[in-house]
Amino acid sequence: MEALLSNVDWTEIGWASWDTLVMVGMSLLFSVLIGLPIGVLLFLFGKRQLLEQPVAYAVLSFVVNVLRSVPFIILLIVMIPFTVMLIGTSLGVAGAIPPLVAGGAPFFARLVETSLREVDRGIIEATQAMGASVKQIIFGALLPEALPGIIAGITVTAITLVSYAAMSGVIGGGGLGDLAIRFGYQRFQTDVMVITVALLVIFVQVLQMVGDRLVLYFSRK
Amino acid sequence: MIVFDQVQKSYQVGGRAIPALHPTDMTIETGEVFGIVGHSGAGKSTLVRLINLLEPPTGGRILIDDENITDYDAAELRAFRRKVGMIFQHFNLLSSKTVADNIAFPMKLAGIYSKAEIRDRVEELLARVSLTDHANKYPSQLSGGQKQRVGIARALACRPTILLCDEATSALDPQTTQSVLKLLADINRELGLTIVLITHEMDVVRRVCDRVAVMDAGEVVEMGPVSEVFLHPKHPTTRDFVFESESIDREELQEDLSKADGRILRLTFKGESTYKPLLGSVARESGVDFSILSGRIDHIKDTPYGQLTLSLVGGDLQVAMEALKAADVHVEVLR
Repeated sequence: MEALLSNVDWTEIGWASWDTLVMVGMSLLFSVLIGLPIGVLLFLFGKRQLLEQPVAYAVLSFVVNVLRSVPFIILLIVMIPFTVMLIGTSLGVAGAIPPLVAGGAPFFARLVETSLREVDRGIIEATQAMGASVKQIIFGALLPEALPGIIAGITVTAITLVSYAAMSGVIGGGGLGDLAIRFGYQRFQTDVMVITVALLVIFVQVLQMVGDRLVLYFSRK
Repeated sequence: MIVFDQVQKSYQVGGRAIPALHPTDMTIETGEVFGIVGHSGAGKSTLVRLINLLEPPTGGRILIDDENITDYDAAELRAFRRKVGMIFQHFNLLSSKTVADNIAFPMKLAGIYSKAEIRDRVEELLARVSLTDHANKYPSQLSGGQKQRVGIARALACRPTILLCDEATSALDPQTTQSVLKLLADINRELGLTIVLITHEMDVVRRVCDRVAVMDAGEVVEMGPVSEVFLHPKHPTTRDFVFESESIDREELQEDLSKADGRILRLTFKGESTYKPLLGSVARESGVDFSILSGRIDHIKDTPYGQLTLSLVGGDLQVAMEALKAADVHVEVLR
């Protein structure tokens, strides 16, 4: 066993796992905080929706599409100057978070838009007929009704961010991906590679399981 | 009182205006149950949504208790809508809220009720629609009839003066339909609420409505008291609806009539005359023989009625007809 995993430094692995957790956690938090309102606006500005705004929709949709169409590995590099401007460094855990949010937020925004569209139009109509304002419709009816879909969206976004976070190792982002690239790939330490991949797999499995449980808990249909 | 003054509605489809409702004048009295019957696409859905401005009209004025609601600004419109309850074919309950929370929802939106007021009102309404035991269930755990009763309780929460029913019984089985209609009739009677009800079933109109408007292709083609429209339909669309609800096949009926001898009359009894032993005495006095070709006896809302198609042979037909008319029976000569 010792010989098999001779290159594995468990303290290092522990810190790297923690870094990945922080990167995913922080970037998920900001992706949701930024993506949720954008998703709601995308929905409201859409065709035949409450605040139909074709121009605003087109602009917002274009920005989201641009961010989503740039491959994440390129986005990491393109974002470097912005990241430096924003937090002073483009390296380490902190340096990885802005590009992760730039990748995660538009992705989540689309998922929110889709789950809001799934809400029965009749429910919106009924709420309108009760004399609700647009704000009341959003917070009283739309978001609660779409909650299971939004939670499923958060799960998918979190899992995407795990893989993005691993990728950020390429530009010195820290975490398990960084470890896999520096030791597993560049120093041919296959055992380190296997352990990091295994940990990432476990991480994703746990996220999915928790997400599914929450969706089930909040589904009343 | 709801007054439509040359109200019209059209939709813009690909730059062209497609009319959904042609200019319409209509008055719905306070406290009555007013039915709007029509096939799907006839414009009845649009018409009912004009009353709470879910669809704004493209022309004309809508006056409710002498106020022109088309002049309202956004805040006035929201306040007005609280006074107009609405129930739907597919109930449109919030799946994420319990029965009690669904009923409380419009009161919470209004923002003018205390927690205690809301709690008491919800309790009262739950009892009113006999769902007290289901207060903490979610809509998915209820049957269709129960869901619609929640919908009715929710619509009544802010004590509206008008209740709009959009095909409220179309998704329900006949037995449940009956109980929901009874509930609506009770509410109308006890609360003096004006009910506007749209449906494609004449039977629903017959059971609960006071007056009815028949719609066809975006136009009101016939309007009047239900007994009048139902027993003496004039417009072809109205006749279709009446025949449909009686499951009468018109060709079959014609064939049956062609086999009968003598005069064919259709007699319509309404109210007390329905129960009088009239035919026998008329036959004796006038010496005519009759046979019944078709007939039905039922109720329009609370009024009993009967409609019989007879063939008459021999005797003095004139005397028979006079006697029938004298007894308040409507006589129509079919042949």
